[in-house]
Amino acid sequence: MNELLFQLFGAIAVAGALGMVLNLRNVVAGALSLVATMVALGAIYVMLEAYLVGVLQILVYAGAIVVVFLFVVMLLNLRDQALGEGRQWFTKTVAVLAGVGVLVLFLGVLPAAFSAPADLEAGFGGYRHVGALLFTDYVLAFEVTSLLLLAAMVGAVILAKRRTDGS
Amino acid sequence: MIEQAVALSGILFAIGAVGALVRRNVIVVLMCIELMLNAVNLALVAFSRQWGDPAGQVFVLMVIVVAAAEVAVGLGIVIAIFRNRESVNVEDASLLRW
Repeated sequence: MNELLFQLFGAIAVAGALGMVLNLRNVVAGALSLVATMVALGAIYVMLEAYLVGVLQILVYAGAIVVVFLFVVMLLNLRDQALGEGRQWFTKTVAVLAGVGVLVLFLGVLPAAFSAPADLEAGFGGYRHVGALLFTDYVLAFEVTSLLLLAAMVGAVILAKRRTDGS
Repeated sequence: MIEQAVALSGILFAIGAVGALVRRNVIVVLMCIELMLNAVNLALVAFSRQWGDPAGQVFVLMVIVVAAAEVAVGLGIVIAIFRNRESVNVEDASLLRW
């Protein structure tokens, strides 16, 4: 049952990703298929005992990041315009072949079965468990993260701001 | 299940990489980069489950933060370029290319 659900959500994730890449006309539809991928991945995280990460995946990716994409599409008022897709068939063929080749190599070196997963302590992947680690061993990285977010916030505002002083 | 998760991660990463190379719409390219980051997150979570070590999940949180910052700055750049060139085609923003 669990295995079946896993494969179902995996298929949804792959279908959403393909829908985003192959949808040449409508960026909004592409963003919405990306949401499907994100939600399916959140479900997979929960199945892999990563409960906090699963919740954050849905909150941050499906709830925030894709919404920012949709806002920008709306802001730019993009219609289903021809973006010059379909040119450079040689580059595209090489890119697709390279991607498929790398994927085949990766799946080739992947062992058919890993050793049995480790036994988990109680509460593995919950907010208490991950949070304790985040605020002890990785507290420096956590604090640096706040600087990164501040820099990104200031940078985004400055980049997207309309120049008003004429300089 | 771990094997399938890692294989799924590779598939999603390949789709994202090919999409980032093939598509010319810069917004779709950014979404493909998000997809690649998600694939890496899936691999981190799978290996965290395999070894029973929650450090991988902490890394996933860091990657999510970096992805959010990247989207904010990237879309700011997209808006600035669109204001100057009236286009979201990556071919039109080639001033710095060799």
